Amino acid sequence: MASATSNVGNDASGEPLLPEPWTVLRAARETPDVVTLEIAPSAGSEPRRPRPGQFLMLYVFGIGEVPISVAGLGDRDAVVHTIRDVGAVTHALCQLGPGDTLGVRGPFGTAWPLEHERGRDIVIGAGGIGMAPLRPVVTAIMADRASFDDVVVMYGAREPRELLYTDEFASWRAADIQVEVTVDHADHAWDGHIGVVTTLIRYADFQPNEAAAFLCGPEIMMRFTAQELVQRGVDPRRVHLSMERNMKCAVGFCGHCQLGPEFVCLDGPVFPWPRMERLMAVHEL
Amino acid sequence: MHEAPEIHRPQPPTKPGCDRAKSSHQTQRRRGKIPDVTVVVARDSFDTLFAALARRGYECVGPTVRDGAIVYDRLRSPEDLPRGWTDEQAPGHYRLHRRNDEALFGYVVGPHSWKKFVFPPERRLWQLRRGDQGFERVDEPSAPPRYAFLGVRACELAALGIQDRVFAGGEYAEPHYRDTRAAALVIAVECTESAATCFCDSMNTGPGVDAGFDLALTEVLGDEHVFVARAGSDRGAEILAELPTRAATAAELDAARAGVENAADQQQRRIDPEALPELMAASYESPRWEQIAERCLSCANCTLACPTCFCSDVEDVSDLTGEHAERWRRWDSCFNPGFSYLYGGEVRKTTASRYRQWLTHKLGSWVAQFGSSGCVGCGRCITWCPVGIDLIEEVAQLRGAQS
Ligand SMILES: Cc1cc2nc3c(=O)[nH]c(=O)nc-3n(C[C@H](O)[C@H](O)[C@H](O)COP(=O)(O)OP(=O)(O)OC[C@H]3O[C@@H](n4cnc5c(N)ncnc54)[C@H](O)[C@@H]3O)c2cc1C
Ligand code: SF4
Ligand code: SF4
Repeated sequence: MASATSNVGNDASGEPLLPEPWTVLRAARETPDVVTLEIAPSAGSEPRRPRPGQFLMLYVFGIGEVPISVAGLGDRDAVVHTIRDVGAVTHALCQLGPGDTLGVRGPFGTAWPLEHERGRDIVIGAGGIGMAPLRPVVTAIMADRASFDDVVVMYGAREPRELLYTDEFASWRAADIQVEVTVDHADHAWDGHIGVVTTLIRYADFQPNEAAAFLCGPEIMMRFTAQELVQRGVDPRRVHLSMERNMKCAVGFCGHCQLGPEFVCLDGPVFPWPRMERLMAVHEL
Repeated sequence: MHEAPEIHRPQPPTKPGCDRAKSSHQTQRRRGKIPDVTVVVARDSFDTLFAALARRGYECVGPTVRDGAIVYDRLRSPEDLPRGWTDEQAPGHYRLHRRNDEALFGYVVGPHSWKKFVFPPERRLWQLRRGDQGFERVDEPSAPPRYAFLGVRACELAALGIQDRVFAGGEYAEPHYRDTRAAALVIAVECTESAATCFCDSMNTGPGVDAGFDLALTEVLGDEHVFVARAGSDRGAEILAELPTRAATAAELDAARAGVENAADQQQRRIDPEALPELMAASYESPRWEQIAERCLSCANCTLACPTCFCSDVEDVSDLTGEHAERWRRWDSCFNPGFSYLYGGEVRKTTASRYRQWLTHKLGSWVAQFGSSGCVGCGRCITWCPVGIDLIEEVAQLRGAQS
């Protein structure tokens, strides 16, 4: 008879909804509407080191908070984010400069299971800002290149001037990573591929039955790429996608990010294709 | 929250949806078992109960009549209880009537639920001020309110248990919810009558209570107006010990049990909870959603009235100087425009997709997420839907479309 009536039974303490102050170390404009920030905790705190695929909640004082993926890991506790200016909060984030303060919660969510795919061919498929969460996968492969077989990056953007990290492509290629890039609309200077990301699969060198894939971009792009890869013989369980949904809390309280039975914030954002295939086929789910 | 809808609807069809026999185990478990030590508290001792709660620093909240409905609010004395009132409910219909007795708990459930105390409709999560480290928190997390919830129904106990799992049962705990819930004293009152919209019996959440309370009462209107009482925790036992009690007579125990059985027997609506997750997952592409959307107003009443719905939105604000900032959390609904907003547009633009999200979550995917259905069978969403959409009927239609 000693028990209390509530079955609140975990020992989760702390304030999961309270942002901590971090500082901008570096800000660089990638394209007309995309900025990369390197940020670090302001003082005292010992944040958990995020893993590629996870995201942080970035808060601009008095403006609002949005989920942004890890686009790289800097020295010590520093984290790199690449942010596309599409609305109030992302606009404010893109205005920040060195020394400015922002709020951070996290890291949250699932990571790319790269360590489970050692010894395999790796196919990275990115569309638009979706290259940001995949950049640290490329970096991690480069740091451990001998552990992987053929590696190919297939990357598409709407226009050449929207391509991210173009100055890093040479170092990726130097690490024996195949980089295939395509755009929807070419300009006069463009002499690369034109078309959607799926059209790059035929140029990519990999053994489908030996490969694992990491995809991030518009849902339609991820869906068609996953289907095509599976059709060519890639094990569907080795195709991993990063999903996006509206998100207010990142800890499973606000209900906004649900996709069928999944909470994208807790169960994702990185999911294996078999868990997404049926859900993504349902209109407006 | 909202007024009783004016629309009067015909009585619901009998036993729609489910014809699966209940297991006798469930029947026994939920239909008021006789506990080992049971006493009765006289109706006249409610003043003593209120005094005992006040002495312990509890703010007593519970049912009271306001604007033609029984709502949950602060109770200053037993006089605030809905003595002699009952509620008539049907799809899209709620009305209070005078009873021909003095029952204090002779109604079923109204538009409010206890979630408004543990998960308030609007709450400031924090306040920040710019400072040396960039910013710092300026609102000290205050001691949680100490509520005594008086008149918690069996389905509502189940709903509190569900919200415990949502807000404090996983990797993260929502501090205000966790602390308010842990501090709250729960005085359950078993139902001895059901509304036409109730289906807790088939959801296995009521009408009797067997756990999760500090004190449980069953109202008996015999020669003497009494409450059969049992404690469910040490806190409850201490309070009971301060009240004038005597041993319950066999007749009183029989009457209490018969009342709870009566409530179960009155229920016309039935549903088969075990079969629902599969049915929901198989129904994503059902044409039925479009048909519901022809009636559904996407008004969100069902989600606001539901005791387990937990979705929220946040708003960040700052003062004119830009030195202070706050975050506010408010109830949100999967029916609201913008709920599923992503750059480029909403994921769920149509009412059909929003109703589907609500029903498939509540009855289906909730089980995978939190280990139980998200529905406790209280019937609020049926009563408070302005057009009388009835989830029992919708489940029957979805099942019919499948076979
Ligand atoms: C896991 C995850 C990782 C992400 N990673 C990145 C990344 O690395 N880089 C990146 O650039 N982006 C990323 N995004 C997307 C990014 O979070 C959104 O672009 C960002 O939230 C947009 O916010 P905003 O305030 O700038 O835009 P707005 O479009 O102005 O949205 C602001 C808020 O207001 C709400 N809102 C806007 N319009 C409406 C409306 N009409 N009705 C109701 N509400 C509305 C939205 O719900 C939104 O939360 C990621 C998203 C997720 C879920
Ligand atoms: S879905 Fe309807 S019947 Fe079920 S708990 Fe919610 S309001 Fe009550
Ligand atoms: S089902 Fe009824 S209460 Fe719910 S959103 Fe539709 S009209 Fe409103």
